[in-house]
Amino acid sequence: MKRTFAIGIGGAAGQGVATPGDIFAKIFSRRGLHLNAYNAYQSIIRGGHTFLTIRTGPEKVTNMGNRIDLLIPLNQDAIDRHLGLLSDGASCLYNADTIKPGSAAEGVQLCPLPVSKLADITRNKVAQNTLAVGAALSMTGIDFQALEEVLTEQFKKKGDAVVSENVGIAHAGYEYASANFKPFAWPLPMTENRYAVLSGNIAMAMGGAAAGVKFYCAYPMSPSTGVLHWMAAHARKAGIMVRQVEDEIGVVNMAIGAAHAGVRSMCATSGGGFALMSEGLGLSAMMETPVVVIDCQRAGPSTGVPTKTEQGDLWQILGAAFGDYPRVIACPLDIGDSFKIIAEIFNFADRFQCPGIVLSDLLLSEGRLSVDPKDLDFAPAIDRGDLITAPDANTNGGYKRYKITDSGISPRAIPGVAGYTHTAASDEHDEDGVLISDEFTNPTKRRAMMEKRMRKVEGIAAAVPPPELWGPRDADVTLIGWGSTKGVIEEACEILTDQGIVANQLQIRWLVPLHGEAIVDILKNARHTIIVENNYSGQFARYLRSETSFVPDGYIRKYDGEPFMPHHIVDAVQEQLGGKTKLSVPAHEVLV
Amino acid sequence: MATALAPQWRVTMADLKGKVDPDWCPGCGDFGVLAAVEKALVELQIPNHDVVTISGIGCSSNFPGFINTYGMHTLHGRALAVATGVKLANHDLTVMVTGGDGDGFGIGGNHFMHTMRRNVDLLYIVMDNQIYGLTTGQTSPTSRVGMKTKSMPFGNIESPVNPISLALAAGATFIARGFSGEQKHLTELIKQGIQHKGFSFLDVFSPCVTYNHDNTYQWFRPRVKKLEDDSAYDPADWMAAMERSLIWGDEIPIGKFFERTDLPALHASEPVLNAGALVHAEPRVPTEVARTFIAELM
Repeated sequence: MKRTFAIGIGGAAGQGVATPGDIFAKIFSRRGLHLNAYNAYQSIIRGGHTFLTIRTGPEKVTNMGNRIDLLIPLNQDAIDRHLGLLSDGASCLYNADTIKPGSAAEGVQLCPLPVSKLADITRNKVAQNTLAVGAALSMTGIDFQALEEVLTEQFKKKGDAVVSENVGIAHAGYEYASANFKPFAWPLPMTENRYAVLSGNIAMAMGGAAAGVKFYCAYPMSPSTGVLHWMAAHARKAGIMVRQVEDEIGVVNMAIGAAHAGVRSMCATSGGGFALMSEGLGLSAMMETPVVVIDCQRAGPSTGVPTKTEQGDLWQILGAAFGDYPRVIACPLDIGDSFKIIAEIFNFADRFQCPGIVLSDLLLSEGRLSVDPKDLDFAPAIDRGDLITAPDANTNGGYKRYKITDSGISPRAIPGVAGYTHTAASDEHDEDGVLISDEFTNPTKRRAMMEKRMRKVEGIAAAVPPPELWGPRDADVTLIGWGSTKGVIEEACEILTDQGIVANQLQIRWLVPLHGEAIVDILKNARHTIIVENNYSGQFARYLRSETSFVPDGYIRKYDGEPFMPHHIVDAVQEQLGGKTKLSVPAHEVLV
Repeated sequence: MATALAPQWRVTMADLKGKVDPDWCPGCGDFGVLAAVEKALVELQIPNHDVVTISGIGCSSNFPGFINTYGMHTLHGRALAVATGVKLANHDLTVMVTGGDGDGFGIGGNHFMHTMRRNVDLLYIVMDNQIYGLTTGQTSPTSRVGMKTKSMPFGNIESPVNPISLALAAGATFIARGFSGEQKHLTELIKQGIQHKGFSFLDVFSPCVTYNHDNTYQWFRPRVKKLEDDSAYDPADWMAAMERSLIWGDEIPIGKFFERTDLPALHASEPVLNAGALVHAEPRVPTEVARTFIAELM
């Protein structure tokens, strides 16, 4: 098994949970350690309960894991919620002045910090946090210098006095822990590697910039807003026009307008905003103007749980916009992939002149992961497809924007180019763009245009790679997932294999085209198949069945707003292989 | 895109003739608007490939198909949003948005307000016939109180919107009203609207001869009074414009209500566009810039 170490920091929103989290993330990644961070939070600006899990280790850390090694509760509520979940070998660092610990399991080290004795709490309101960070570093065997460096960066804008005050408090915590608490059995190692730490939203925004996006617009909506924030902050350096629009209907239509004028154009939202964009996707398909729309799923329906994760938008995406039309739908597998997939889907959207949809979720969008900077490639292949950008004096008005071709793809002229004037319409139209929806309705032409557009579906299927089976070919159980569950399923497979249950994984990255035949070819010889997904009704299972008639042996589902932890899947697989049930719904033990 | 053909090339009325003839009802006010737009483009000598005509849905929204420019016939109510995207991606283009009162003030009302406050550089022509025509005659946001339609057979009980006052309040920088029956005057307003560097709103009385039997040519003709004929009227005076916008009865003012030229258009306010239109920009982020993006994360 991979060795990892996880820190959990809990407190009320506004108590400063994020800052120690950022400090740990920086220190770990600069030590050459991988990390995964997930923040369980609520839709409240001050108060409530926020719990940040940072898990680190020398190998890839793909999910938040099963256990907390070090708990840092910033208030009584946080220790009450989490202390009981700690197990042998774990420690809890807390402010002895304000927090009374309950009973902890055997082997759990309680580490009270005499905060008012170690720091002047009248001067520094977050002294307890800084002391705890210092103490934690000492207990994990990391030199104080690493912390001093990060604190200096963090506070340098506020002046030398603030830097030295904070470094002093952190040092007091570090020294106190060295003298009074037992260090962890596994001092955190160092490697030569250096990683970038980023959220899925930043990854998708940067992926857009790398793919040549020149126009980005959005209406703020959790958990997609991070894409807007990165885009807005970096717009001028990256040469991207970024607009905040009045609603998501305006967003998708504005994005389509920019795309139609010839630039790569992208927007992001969550399920509710996506619902408003639905008609616009049809416009993109009918006018054959490529646009990329990101849906960062959150727990629904309706306003739902804005700060919690779910894979509940699949059928909304599949059903978005009325009528039949070609499109490409991707679900990135992790945060690094969230970067990479944007350039890929733009190439498909441009080549096939159709909408591309990226289905992320809160776990990916707001979670953070260490990524090798080499994997953030700002020079990916860019294929704009069959685009006409140079004038032609000899077209004599004969240009057919929607020319019927074998591939269904017609050369696309952009406004401003002499010789190619035409009208693109949301109404059904003939090859030259003239409407055949009103005066000139014509069943033969309608059929020809419908078939022209839909022929692109074959081209898309040939261009997009089918999924592959990961792990041993011959396995006791095959776990099937899509999108963000990749990492946790992967770890569950490792744990199961360690326990003597050989497990392999089929993870879906492209939802449309699905490549149903390839999937059935993989699954038909599997001994026991289980579909794992973060929703109530098994949306992917229903989709797979509708496309292939394939029915798995069992299902693992979770719809409480929190992501899967590896043991949820492991326990469910054991229960199902033991014949106890075909549907497992693991309970989330952590009350966040 | 400034890809002009031969220098002696001139835009003529024939160049602007669309692939098909308009299918509006005989006598529809929209014919007059189309003719005035064509005349304005010829008089301004704007190459037709540098013009994008964008519409939503409705009788008047069929407009882009009847004129030979680049055209987009988009979704009901969404033309202004699409047009904003077009203009920001390529601000060298002349963008015109054409549509009706239901499209613009009803389903598209939200975009109408926000496009005005953003001062997007485009001309928005609303062919205002105070009725829904293509859906065979229902009440529109500009239908007068008491007007009987298929959707309000006992008479409209809702107050209409006042597009001119609304545009003034929302911050449009060029606001005018024309009448399809006043061709020369209308052509002049269209020319001014195209030349204005910012959002130009042109509300045009364009009578529906099939479904609106109240607001006909005969009804408008004796009522319309040109603001240009009143030498005391100053279109730079916002308060005066607001006052005139409220006049509706035996006398209805048409002409330029308001213009201000001190506010930059949206595209002119955004430094990202200083280097030129986005459509011509290098797709890739420069390597040294990309490096700084990654460095922030380490």
